[in-house]
Formats: sequence, structure tokens, C-alpha cells
Amino acid sequence: MNSFSYSRARDVAAAVDEVALPERQAKFIAGGTNLLDLMKENVMHPRHLVDITHLELNTIEDTLEGGLRLGALVTNADTAYHEQVDTRYPLLSKAILAGASPQLRNMATNGGNLMQRTRCYYFYDTATPCNKREPGTGCSAIRGFNRIHAILGTSEHCIATHPSDMCVALAALEAKVHVRGPHGDRAIPFADFHRLPGDTPELDNNLQPDELITAIELPPQGFADHHSYLKLRDRTSYAFALVSVAAALELDGDTIREARLALGGVAHKPWRDPEAEALLIGKSATRESFQLAAEKILQGAKGFPYNEFKIELARRAIVRAFEQALTNEK
Amino acid sequence: MYRSAENEIVEEVENQVHPPTSITLKINGTETRLHVAPWTSLLDALREYLDLTGTKKGCDHGQCGACTVLVNGKRINSCLTLAVMKEGTDITTIEGLAQGEALHPLQKAFIEHDAFQCGYCTPGQICSAVGLMNEGKAKTRDDVRELMSGNICRCGAYTNIVDAIEEVMHTQPAPCHE
Ligand SMILES: Cc1cc2nc3c(=O)[nH]c(=O)nc-3n(C[C@H](O)[C@H](O)[C@H](O)COP(=O)(O)OP(=O)(O)OC[C@H]3O[C@@H](n4cnc5c(N)ncnc54)[C@H](O)[C@@H]3O)c2cc1C
Ligand code: SF4
Ligand code: FES
Ligand code: FES
Repeated sequence: MNSFSYSRARDVAAAVDEVALPERQAKFIAGGTNLLDLMKENVMHPRHLVDITHLELNTIEDTLEGGLRLGALVTNADTAYHEQVDTRYPLLSKAILAGASPQLRNMATNGGNLMQRTRCYYFYDTATPCNKREPGTGCSAIRGFNRIHAILGTSEHCIATHPSDMCVALAALEAKVHVRGPHGDRAIPFADFHRLPGDTPELDNNLQPDELITAIELPPQGFADHHSYLKLRDRTSYAFALVSVAAALELDGDTIREARLALGGVAHKPWRDPEAEALLIGKSATRESFQLAAEKILQGAKGFPYNEFKIELARRAIVRAFEQALTNEK
Repeated sequence: MYRSAENEIVEEVENQVHPPTSITLKINGTETRLHVAPWTSLLDALREYLDLTGTKKGCDHGQCGACTVLVNGKRINSCLTLAVMKEGTDITTIEGLAQGEALHPLQKAFIEHDAFQCGYCTPGQICSAVGLMNEGKAKTRDDVRELMSGNICRCGAYTNIVDAIEEVMHTQPAPCHE
């Protein structure tokens, strides 16, 4: 790990000020579970860390609109086990609890989870070219071992995936990300938060370097009655997703009134397709309907030599997740 | 150390920019003051500065759980946290679990159930199990398996580890001391 200086931010305004000076090459540190890991690997090397763990962004509160506002510094564990989250947004609880380990979830924060970087092996390996780590050097994964890589929204410059489970649920729930920057506050719809790699794979998301995530806002609709988070991986626990599915339904008898579908492990951001969801509206909640939606969302999926299997895996996982959502079975 | 004048200057500047920070941690009940660099992990602070070598370094990347300690009663990976960030917290390591000669019930159960072979993962397993009991979320054997998945055992003592935890969980349903 490189040497760096350290300061503890008093309040949100001070945190934004402290990180803003470009010559300082500063970064926020929250749980530390991703940043310190990457610093030990010499993938990231900030010269200054601004500790934001003492900011008062550590509460979960009702919003006026009837939703819930999750503070950026609340830990993933406290969020998942929060009584309101667990009862009104169980999809989110389940997605969080499907990720990492209890120790890591006790440290990891909601803001940090959104900002975590890809687990692409070449991104971590400073001996190999990687456009995300060092723009312009090339992508080692495209012709390398790409089993864990993306099948949707890739570019010739990067085929990495976003590794978060929590974010897949937040995408399905249409959360909003509240941020504070030097010029004030803004809210980013979840679908616009993360980016596709395009020709700037070094940018994971649209947050500016001097902006601080302050909260994640959940809208009132939580799909508590019919939802499922299905995570498929190489071992049953403590592993990143090969494919994960957040599925949610609002039913009127047997008829689908509203549907949400987001995929993890398949793209540079949680993957949604409004047309696939629209296909389900007004249909009866059957396997055939779910298959149609699966076909639609995977239209245009493109495999690489070692991850071709993900396309069929995702197709089946989507159908299974919707079937589980019908009964809320685990 | 450095031959060129230039390098000497660099070193001096580095030391001015990054002076060791003085922090106070309450470790196993005792207020402890230490001087650490900003980049010293809590794990290294415990092992290298305080000689509390019960806490183990396995992977140093949050993947194995050998470094698990309790901070304010919650289990965390001490390898992925900076000592300076834990200023003012209450830390319990494996050395702080026994009361004098009386072992913690989980320590006793690990011995009775033969829940280790080489013992390298054991301090982390036991601290993690204390955290699991404080959390109170595990009800079934499968829950214990899932909620202990952050602790890897190279020797594969998993079955006996779960036996040991289950026994203590069922005889002491209330959270045990931190
Ligand atoms: C072994 C291992 C297994 C894991 N498995 C999974 C898994 O299966 N599923 C999963 O989803 N995740 C998994 N994770 C990742 C984990 O969830 C993330 O590391 C964690 O959520 C990051 O949060 P943090 O608070 O520790 O972030 P930090 O490490 O503190 O920060 C990460 C980045 O976010 C920035 N940042 C933090 N907070 C803010 C803020 N409020 N505003 C702006 N920027 C901010 C920091 O500057 C930094 O660049 C795993 C991690 C490890 C080490
Ligand atoms: S997939 Fe992206 S992160 Fe991985 S090597 Fe290619 S450019 Fe780097
Ligand atoms: S040493 Fe910390 S998790 Fe392995
Ligand atoms: S007892 Fe040897 S690693 Fe667990």
C-alpha cells in the first residue's frame, strides 16, 4: 500500500471540501472493504483519505412520499436487518444478505457498496494491461479468461461486470441516489448512476470525484408480496454472482399488473430492460410469460469464449426467479 | 538509508506529511494508546504493535476471516480496516474472551467438539461465533453454516465448528459477553 495522509471529516460540507483539492488526490473512505483491498493491490493509490464514517448519514428514515431513506453510512448489515427494510423491501434485504460475509457486511456501507469496483482478475493484476485501471493499455479479458465477465452492454474496451448484489435490488426497486457536491445537492435515478464501459471504461459511474453520496431513497412500492433475489455462483455462499436476478411482481389475481426485472453479474451495471418488463403487464403469471421476458432482456447478449454459458444460465434463472416470486419462496 | 540528497528530502517530506497518529483504543478492557501510521491496519496494529498475535493474518484481503475481531461487539475483518479509523472503540480479540482461567463457553465448546486441527483459523472462528451470537440471527444449523461462511478453515473442521457453535447457542440463547 502507498503512504497517504488521513483526516476525519467533521460534517458533510467539510468532507466535500476536503476531497475536492485535485492536487491532494484524495478519496473518501467508509467501510474500507473495497478501497483498502485495492490499495493493498496497488490498483488504487490515493494520496489522502477522508474518513467519512463519523458523518451523521447513519440513519434510516421514512420519506414524506411514503418511501424510505437509507443513510449512505449505514452498514449493509444494519440496512438488511432493519425492521422497515426487512418488512417493506425484503428484496433488498435478501440481496444484501446474499453478498459478502457477515464480517464484511458489518463494515461495508450503503454508499461504498454502490462505488465498489469490478472483480475482473486483470483489473486487480497490475502486471497485465487493463483499460479500466490504465486507460489505453488494452483489455486483457477479451482474449483472456473471461468466465466472470459481461454478456450485455460490453464494448471493445472493457467487458467487466459490476459485482454488487445490493445494486441489483436497488435497480429493480428504482431507487434514487442523493449526492452532495461543491455546487449543492442532486438526485440521480438508479438507472443513470452506473455507466456502460463504452470508450471510457475507467469511469464506473456518473458520480463526480468531488461528490459525496449522502443517501439512497427507496420509493413507496417495495414488492414485499412477490419478489425474489436469486444468486447463482460457484459455491453456495461467500462468492460473487455469476448471474443474479432481482424479480418482483404486482399481481391482480393471476394477472401481472407490474413487473420488475434486474440482472447482476452480466453487465457493467445492473441490467434492466423496460420493454421486457412491459411485455409482462396484463399477462397471466405463467412460465410462458416469464420466458418471453427472459428472451427479451437477453436479446443482444453476446458471450465470450469462457462465459457463453451465462446466457442460458441467465435465461433459466429469470424464469426460476419469477416463479419463486409468485410464492415468495426462498 | 538513502544515498542521494534528493531521496533524503523526499523521506523528510513524507514524514512531515504523514506523521504517526496517536490513537487510543480500548483493547480487551484496557485503554491502550499507540502511535500508528495512517496505513497501519487494525490487524497489524494488534499483532505488530501490541503483541496480540492471537488474531491471525490469513489472506489480508477480507477473504478468509482469520483476522476477525469484535469492535463494539460486532465482528469485523481487522485486515480491511485502518487502526486510525477505530480510535475510541472497544475491541475484543481472542485474548480477551476468557475470564482469567475460565475459558469462554465457545472456547470450551471448540475443545470439546474437536473443532480445529492446525488451529490457525480458530481465533477468527471463535470471535466470529461470538459476533454471530451477539447478532442473534442464527436459529438453525443451516443458519450457522451460512452466517459462519466468512471464516474459511483450510483443515476443513467445519462440521465440528458448527457442532460447537450450535451447542453454545442452544445452552446460552442470550447474547454472551463481548
Ligand atoms: C472477500 C469479499 C467478498 C465480497 N463479496 C461480495 C458479494 O458477494 N456481493 C457484493 O455485493 N459485494 C461483495 N463484496 C464487496 C463489498 O460489498 C464492498 O466492498 C462494500 O460494499 C464497499 O463498501 P465500503 O463502505 O467498505 O467501501 P470503501 O471500501 O470504504 O469505499 C469504496 C469506494 O467508495 C467510495 N465511497 C465510499 N462511500 C462513499 C460515499 N458516501 N460517497 C462517495 N463515495 C464513497 C470510496 O471513496 C471508495 O472509492 C465483497 C468484498 C470482499 C472483500
Ligand atoms: S474487462 Fe475491463 S476491467 Fe477487465 S481487463 Fe478488460 S478493461 Fe480491465
Ligand atoms: S486476514 Fe483478514 S480476512 Fe483474511
Ligand atoms: S483448523 Fe486449520 S485452518 Fe481451521
